[in-house]
Amino acid sequence: MKTYLIRRVLVLIPLLLAISLLSFFIMQLSPGNYLDQLRLNPDISSDLINRLESEYGLNQNIFHQYLHWLWQLLHGNLGESFSYRIPVTEVIGSRIANTFILSLAAMIIAWGLAIPLGIYSATHRYSITDNFLSSFAFIGLSIPNFFFALILLFLIVKYSLPLPVSGMTDIMHDFMSPTEQLLDILRHLLVPAVVLGTASTASLMRQMRGQMLDVINSDYIRTARAKGLKERTIIYHHALRNALNPMITLFGYQLSSLLSGAALTETVTGWPGLGKMMLTAVRGKDIYLAMAGMMMGSFMLVIGNLISDLLLALNDPRIKYD
Amino acid sequence: MQNSILKNELLIKRIKSFRRNKIAVTAGIILIILYLLAIFAPFVAPYSSNQNFKQYFFHPPTKIHFSDENGLSWPYIYQTKSIGWAEYKSNQQRKQPLKFLVTGSEYKFLGIFKSNLHLFGVQGNMPIFLLGSDNYGRDIFSRLLFGSRVSLFIAFVAILISTTIALLMGGIAGYYGGLVDNIIMRLAEIVMSIPSFYLLLALAAVLPLDISSAFRFFLIVTILAFQGWAGMARVIRGMVLAVKNEDYVLAARAIGAADKKIIIKHILPSTSTFVIIRATVAIPSYIIMESGLSFLGLGIQEPAASWGNMLSSAQNITKITDFPWLLIPGFLIFITVLNYNLLGDGLRDALDPKNTYSV
Repeated sequence: MKTYLIRRVLVLIPLLLAISLLSFFIMQLSPGNYLDQLRLNPDISSDLINRLESEYGLNQNIFHQYLHWLWQLLHGNLGESFSYRIPVTEVIGSRIANTFILSLAAMIIAWGLAIPLGIYSATHRYSITDNFLSSFAFIGLSIPNFFFALILLFLIVKYSLPLPVSGMTDIMHDFMSPTEQLLDILRHLLVPAVVLGTASTASLMRQMRGQMLDVINSDYIRTARAKGLKERTIIYHHALRNALNPMITLFGYQLSSLLSGAALTETVTGWPGLGKMMLTAVRGKDIYLAMAGMMMGSFMLVIGNLISDLLLALNDPRIKYD
Repeated sequence: MQNSILKNELLIKRIKSFRRNKIAVTAGIILIILYLLAIFAPFVAPYSSNQNFKQYFFHPPTKIHFSDENGLSWPYIYQTKSIGWAEYKSNQQRKQPLKFLVTGSEYKFLGIFKSNLHLFGVQGNMPIFLLGSDNYGRDIFSRLLFGSRVSLFIAFVAILISTTIALLMGGIAGYYGGLVDNIIMRLAEIVMSIPSFYLLLALAAVLPLDISSAFRFFLIVTILAFQGWAGMARVIRGMVLAVKNEDYVLAARAIGAADKKIIIKHILPSTSTFVIIRATVAIPSYIIMESGLSFLGLGIQEPAASWGNMLSSAQNITKITDFPWLLIPGFLIFITVLNYNLLGDGLRDALDPKNTYSV
């Protein structure tokens, strides 16, 4: 297990390096740079622009720029954001935390709903509830996140529900007590988390139902039934553990769609996360910020995949990594 | 010979079992209707996609009346007058009858036949807005039809390209193995390790702004395909690995068939079931990605219509509460994706060899 872990972490190094190369060159391909926008502004002197150009190293050739950026990256310095005029690390830290909070909340909603509902659907196959849940799953799968968010916001405003429509905190947030602050954030979290959560609930629930059905029809469950075990014990003790295995692998895949889905949901609901930052950075040609966003997103993804592999090994004694 | 008969029987069985799935068949029919509407868009739409009626911006959906003081009548609409910012009042005195097969703006059907015939329209100076109008006073119904051409076909073209890349990459990696396999699979891993939407955002930002909408369409297709091939290539590689040492492949190699021929004619066909299912299942995600990109203003640009960029005018919360018909493109995305999901599910049930048929 230990050697496996070390090997996996070692493999991550070239992978992340390749991702850094790819994200750097994609951003270089993009026409114009941040300074071009400043050049169009007659209030900014060409002296200042030249100074900025040499300061950010934009006048050097791209390979030099890449190596310089990589070197700084390895020292934990992600460069300076053009538009915020502060180090990228300062901008990105809180954004990652916000996306993490959102993804975590969505995941709790998704898994918390999907597993019990999936089990129920499988054990009550073709019942009215099962059919209802299946239709719900199809609707949930088919509704684009950003559209669902728009509809929720529309309903909130239309029926004047006491919920915020944008952002992460209230204007009065700084004057609140810590408990009120927490409640305030939770209130703002509700819409984006529900949007993201239901999207994954639908697919997870279907997977859970399928896995559970596969397991329930297998021989050892028949044996358990023949032995006269209680149905509860059979489902939760014998079937569930085996049905959960493939779900853990899904956890890794889900992370990718969660991060991607979060980007659009954040934009619509104004949640200040990594995806929303990435969009502004890409639009404003703030290359260091965009590259850092891509690196951090990828980093979260590969770490998530690693964690899901390790969880799989912990849950299934048959899987041994060496 | 006998083999091919067996194969045909299996195919017939599969088609039969698919046709018994009422939901999937209905979904398929709805999709065909949507595609037909997209193809016949200039005929079905009363106006062209950019025709604007500036005095009628944010006009609510026009009400069609079927009866007047004398009872049932030929459908007609009332003329409306602006009485404030985006507020309209209908003038009960001025009726305008609905006409079918009217002449209107000229278009080229399928790019060949010139015509100016439209399915319906009204006579007089009041335009008909079946589903309301947008901020430039453009008819949303017409734009939906023209937008469906982008939204429905972009995913189709993208899936074709990404499937081709995936077949090639997966086929080559699996067949040759060794260094080639390693390089291709590492490449796929890199693409898969970047959150897909982040990659899309970065790639879309690369596109220059001053290109024609057709070229932009093509580039966005390429971008969608670029980030979509990796996962599929991995599965295909696995399938190729499984069949490449089968007797029939070895036999083909023994009689001296070229590698290219072996891969294309003998190995890749065995992945066809998987490819069909995977492609149908993947189309909706491409539709969602395109609409997401266009929604953010990085995809198809105005004045060209796509369902995503039509929705972006609904980004403003006060606008959607005042003019809820701006949300309609979202429902169309939803309906299309839903039907693709239902169809894909039906296809999977019918084509999956693991499925046992009770014929």
